[in-house]
Amino acid sequence: MNIENKILKQTSLEKLVVKLKEEGKQIFAPVKKNDVVEFAGISTLQEMAEDYIVTVQSAKAFAFPKVETLFDFQLTKENVNIVEKDLNAIPETILLGARPCDAAGFESLNAIFTWDNLNDNFFVERLKKMIIIAISCSKADGRCFCTSVNGNPGATKGSDILLTKIDNGNYLAEIITEKGKAIATKYADLFETAPEVDKNKFIADVPVKFDLKTILEKIPGAFENSLWVKQSLRCISCGACAYVCPTCACFDIQDIHNGHDGHRKRSWDSCGFGLFTIHTSGHNPREVQSQRWRQRVMHKFAYMPERQQVVGCVGCGRCSRGCPVDMNLKEHLINLAEEVAK
Amino acid sequence: MSQENIYKPYLMRIESIAEEAPFVKTFRLKFVNEEDANNFTFKTGQFGEYSVIGEGESTFCIASSPTKKGYIECTFRQAGKVTSALYRRDIGDIIGFRGPYGNIFPIDEWKGKNLLFIAGGIALPPMRSVIWNCLDLRENYKDVTIVYGAKSVADLVYKEELREWDHRPDVKLITTVDPGGETPDWKGKIGFVPTVLSQEVTTSDNTIAIVCGPPIMIKFTMPVLEKLGFKNEDIYTTLENRMKCGFGKCGRCNVGKVFICKDGPVFTLKQMKDMPDEY
Repeated sequence: MNIENKILKQTSLEKLVVKLKEEGKQIFAPVKKNDVVEFAGISTLQEMAEDYIVTVQSAKAFAFPKVETLFDFQLTKENVNIVEKDLNAIPETILLGARPCDAAGFESLNAIFTWDNLNDNFFVERLKKMIIIAISCSKADGRCFCTSVNGNPGATKGSDILLTKIDNGNYLAEIITEKGKAIATKYADLFETAPEVDKNKFIADVPVKFDLKTILEKIPGAFENSLWVKQSLRCISCGACAYVCPTCACFDIQDIHNGHDGHRKRSWDSCGFGLFTIHTSGHNPREVQSQRWRQRVMHKFAYMPERQQVVGCVGCGRCSRGCPVDMNLKEHLINLAEEVAK
Repeated sequence: MSQENIYKPYLMRIESIAEEAPFVKTFRLKFVNEEDANNFTFKTGQFGEYSVIGEGESTFCIASSPTKKGYIECTFRQAGKVTSALYRRDIGDIIGFRGPYGNIFPIDEWKGKNLLFIAGGIALPPMRSVIWNCLDLRENYKDVTIVYGAKSVADLVYKEELREWDHRPDVKLITTVDPGGETPDWKGKIGFVPTVLSQEVTTSDNTIAIVCGPPIMIKFTMPVLEKLGFKNEDIYTTLENRMKCGFGKCGRCNVGKVFICKDGPVFTLKQMKDMPDEY
């Protein structure tokens, strides 16, 4: 559908939050607690953080929770009873104040969870029930590089409605999808006619740092490049980068039970962990950290583009902010682009 | 079925258990639900996720041939948490199974060819399915040769079937054990699989080679086959990597851009030579 522009006043947004809450929808937004901004449930707009670049954790958990139950089971001496989750019971969730990079991240996740039309319905149904009212970035920091990976601080991709703060504390509201339109139509009195607005005046300046085309073309042939070792020498295999990443989808499956009943659970995992690929025999295809670092970068910039036709990185910079040994993905990609272009 | 749960296993009842070797068992499994049994089909080379509900899932091939109807079999060695829990199961117990996943051995393309099967140790199970599949369609193939080795006589799996193959006039079976692994009454060869292969097999004429074994065996077997004149596209193997989902989502079995679970587990040597050395 064509994007429709509206104006949403600050007071109208406050009202919208109240109305949506009254409808029974759960609303999550960046909330500042102990100086850390993370997504949390809100009832009023006042609870939302005002000053943030991105949350520490990405928004992915709302469609792909850190830990989730794939089914419950009951065990008796004679029988096993599998009890499936009712996916219809997944509540409608509004994600307010997500960034355009958060919204874009769901596209990469979706490409994996629906690869070759085999749907992971836990993810698919959650995404279906999610309405993303993102807010453009008016600020960025040195870790941001969305513009280098096809993104933009004011990009609409993945959002249902994109708000951009313009003069007078008002928001330009771009109505992007049918889901967004349904809200704008239902609460038409809050969404006012918009004059011509140059959105670019109000979004952060994020300079392009490397040529994505070069990386995408050359990285598949760079498997044996010595840069992987050099870049990963300081990596301590903690997995923080994968946990904060909006596009990392790797997971583990484990059972827990008390002898009578239990659950089969899946949880986030990381290709950075040494045990991730280890065989029962003790043989490990990715024995050293440089192989795991290479896997992480090549998965996002070589394998996903070829197999799922998406880039597995949205340039949010969370991995760099979360890294305890300051491995800066943006800097590493700049080096890589230089190296592979040689 | 738009909300089908792709992680939900079939429930299967253990119909019989065979002790193959120390800590190695074969389970014959039948579907608890008749409708599942009627709808289930698989082809040789495919694998599944087997689970003791409550303990977790483990990845093995389907070790029986699709020509044997009404059940599937799996052979496993007790090694980790899940296989230990499986090992403790009894006849009549219910376990979980998801599958079939992955690609297949292209046995239709092999019609009119000689078949040379080469296996080591616990790697005979993935090959047993395709061996039986071809033996059950015996008229489609010319000479069938099986070279199978293990560390010791006790470690040879499917001892009953080895006897059966040995007695069949239309199968040439060569068994070998590593030096020191023989018993006083051992009638087979003594030596490592690649060595025995180079002594016993002399031609690659009109022959497909199917190889499965530990990485070290594969490493030393491939040069022998290449020396015999086998083309890379006529050498098949089945790869295993650690997996969780079995269908390209959990992200751990890939070798470069190739997913063992979706693109494999069956590969030709030609395909493997295009893959990075990370398996």
